[in-house]
Amino acid sequence: MIKSLKARKHELASKERQIEFLSNGIFGEGELPTFKESLGKIEMYPLRPSGIEILQVNVGYMCNQVCKHCHVDAGPDRKEIMSREHMEILLNILKQTKIPTLDLTGGAPEMNPNFRWFVEEARKTGVDEIIVRSNLTIIRANKKYYELPEFFKENGVRVVSSLPFYRKDKTDRQRGDGVFDKSIEALKMLNAVGYGQPESELTLDLVYNPNGAYLPAAQADLERDFKKALKEDFDIEFNSLFTITNLPIARFLEYLIASDNYEDYMDTLVNAFNPAAAMGVMCRNTISVDYDGYMYDCDFNQMLNKKVLPKESRHIRDFDLESLNRREIFVHQHCYGCTAGAGSSCQGATI
Amino acid sequence: MEKTYYNPKDLKKFGEIEEWQPELAKKFFEWYGDVFAEGALTAREKAIIALAVSHAVQCPYCIDAYTTESLKFGISEAQMMEAVHVAGAIRGGASLVHGVQMMNKAKKLSM
Repeated sequence: MIKSLKARKHELASKERQIEFLSNGIFGEGELPTFKESLGKIEMYPLRPSGIEILQVNVGYMCNQVCKHCHVDAGPDRKEIMSREHMEILLNILKQTKIPTLDLTGGAPEMNPNFRWFVEEARKTGVDEIIVRSNLTIIRANKKYYELPEFFKENGVRVVSSLPFYRKDKTDRQRGDGVFDKSIEALKMLNAVGYGQPESELTLDLVYNPNGAYLPAAQADLERDFKKALKEDFDIEFNSLFTITNLPIARFLEYLIASDNYEDYMDTLVNAFNPAAAMGVMCRNTISVDYDGYMYDCDFNQMLNKKVLPKESRHIRDFDLESLNRREIFVHQHCYGCTAGAGSSCQGATI
Repeated sequence: MEKTYYNPKDLKKFGEIEEWQPELAKKFFEWYGDVFAEGALTAREKAIIALAVSHAVQCPYCIDAYTTESLKFGISEAQMMEAVHVAGAIRGGASLVHGVQMMNKAKKLSM
């Protein structure tokens, strides 16, 4: 198993170094327009929120997997974990603001020792929807996680699971040996309790991301292929497939540079810049929270340590919906990943 | 003048052919877009046909473009290579089937 950039003391473990890299080279020399310039051309700079509808909480960077493309640089060696105290503050925010969706991510969010407590308490706040972004293999990682499908069902959780491909070779190359087989077992367990089944209210969505330096194909086409293959090969059902574009951050940035794909990939993203996708970027309706309670425009900005701009509301202790809804969103070249082609977000394509 | 006949960056300049003949280029690019749209064949099927044809016509730009496109559609490596073999088989077969013409001619000329 590879180690995180942080454990390897890789230069890209430095968030400042990543920003520096994305600022220079083809962008510094003017060969390609910066993201600000592209937004400016369509009169969308500075980028403003449309109103917060999703509170996306990263409950910790610890993960049982070490995926090659991971923008979080997550892994078993990451010890950053959200405390119960911070979760309590978030519960109060949910009660007071009526933000309709709580979206839990990580790492593997299930590895946070207070994960189940947090989900149960969040449900009591009356939040409309609780999403858990599960890597699937966690469900098969240890006996203590075997009951997760039942737990998700009891709490009406919407499960959004990563499965980069419907075949073993490509999945394991990206996510590690054995990941595909374990993911299939976990999907069968989720199906068995009712997730993804026709007529069931329990939603199971899958997330696809390309296995390299190219954009995803049309979401509807890939969904059709995934549904056919998973049904025929494993009798697995799911609701929707979300296609996500890999953003040039952390381990995917490392891969782009090491494979000499960085410039071509950025060129592809810039050329695929789509104003309609820019309108629908997720940072306009999402607030991302890190394990330590700080807030960001999205999970990607979190990984670049670019906190939300309003100084009076940067930590959940000082959560102020109005100033967050008025804020200017921090943008940089990585944002081209969300505006390319049909757009990309944690809910898949945006147009 | 370039020192090599092919430059990968030229693929991105394909649209520039419009500068010297806008009307025909416009027609070509519109037609090209329509050809690759979903129809009786899926866009995925068209991508793999294009990959095979790219090899048959030995166009490096097309090979770059349709290898990427095939990966996007999740076409497997074995499927991609089999498509190239189809192109190769047709090319090889096209030469070999002319062997019959050769034989016919040789037989006609020979006593």
